[in-house]
Amino acid sequence: MSDKETLFSKKNLRLLTDPLGSKNPITVQVLGICSALAVTAQLKPSVVMAISVVAVMGFSNVIVSLLRNTIPNRIRIIVQLVIVASLVILVDQILKAYIYDVSKQLSVFVGLIITNCIIMGRLEAFALGNKPGPSFLDGIGNAAGYGLILVIVGFFRELLGAGTIWGLQIIPEGFYNFGYVNNGLMVLSPMALITVGIIIWVQRYRNTELVEENK
Amino acid sequence: MNRNGNAYTFIYASVMVIIVAAILSFTAITLKPLQTRNVEIEKKQNILASVNIVVPTAEAEEAYEKRITRSYAINSKGEEVSGEAFDIDLRREQIKKIEERSLPVFEADLGAEGLKYIIPLRGAGLWGPIWGYVALNDDMNTIFGAVFDHQGETPGLGAEISTASFQDNFKGKKLFDSSGEFISLVVAKSGENAPDQHRVDAVSGGTITSKGLQDMMYNDLLAYVEFFNKKK
Repeated sequence: MSDKETLFSKKNLRLLTDPLGSKNPITVQVLGICSALAVTAQLKPSVVMAISVVAVMGFSNVIVSLLRNTIPNRIRIIVQLVIVASLVILVDQILKAYIYDVSKQLSVFVGLIITNCIIMGRLEAFALGNKPGPSFLDGIGNAAGYGLILVIVGFFRELLGAGTIWGLQIIPEGFYNFGYVNNGLMVLSPMALITVGIIIWVQRYRNTELVEENK
Repeated sequence: MNRNGNAYTFIYASVMVIIVAAILSFTAITLKPLQTRNVEIEKKQNILASVNIVVPTAEAEEAYEKRITRSYAINSKGEEVSGEAFDIDLRREQIKKIEERSLPVFEADLGAEGLKYIIPLRGAGLWGPIWGYVALNDDMNTIFGAVFDHQGETPGLGAEISTASFQDNFKGKKLFDSSGEFISLVVAKSGENAPDQHRVDAVSGGTITSKGLQDMMYNDLLAYVEFFNKKK
């Protein structure tokens, strides 16, 4: 990378936008599925989880990138874990102080951001070898790609499972009088997996480059 | 300095840990008051919920001040003792012998519906603690309402105790039988026989949580029996 290259050059912007589509961590790389299933029964926890992961991933990528020339190679995974874990504890403490009810809903899953393989993966694959600026974009991009899927899944699960969006009733009362019922299955985690599956299907239908060839 | 040497690695790790510890303890101490307040507000919401008053977080404190007219601590003989009911830590009290416990009581004035007595409960579920509040009519026998919560019961099974559909079953049930003997409630599976007024259906697939809840009700309310008899 030349010195003249700006932070928002075309190449760097791709770091931000690729993970939203053709390099999405959930639908293409199939990482971080566990928490995506667990917190997406409603839209609100999905959004909070997405923001939390964006914060943790953006900062941890920058910090690791800043330290990349000093980290002793033999303990680099430990150093990465300490950084990620501290950021996650910070996020957890802030959620408990300012949005207590959501933090109760997310319960252990905030703590489990530490084990989200997308974060460790980006630290190892990108932040250790690149400057802080691009690393920041890469972290934000991947976390946003993860968050995007969470929000989509959360949207449909809450809409079809409870008839609400963000806790507000969306499906009109009249529908229920005509025999419409909320789909209780949508609230259970298997349906999150199926929803993710449908998103993958739609994405591959539209972007055939992602489809593996039959050998 | 050799970046692959042991000395470098040790110093690096030590410095990092100290910096991280300092940042985290600073945050924890700064945010502590806010977090404690959230827990208190939630407790007030739960107490209110046991008398069927459901209020959003922002209005909880105001509603609590208005509805909960008195709170005090008693001993197992039913006599009032010193101590602020709201601050009593049930976990600590339950280690003591029954005679030595301070037992919190909250009184809620619901206007036309009369005075309700709210008793906090704490017990063990399958994976961790469960707790709740049960509100009694002034006959000190009929349950007016109950709320339960848990730390980590299985979602869909034991965790169902925190849902309104389970808690509604407790309304109108009796703690004492017709001869005045303390029975508490049986959280029963379908094969179990129990008089209807003392029986609540257990959660399917949540047997241990249900039985934990039954034990919690019996053990904790037992200490209040003298108090109930005095008030009747």
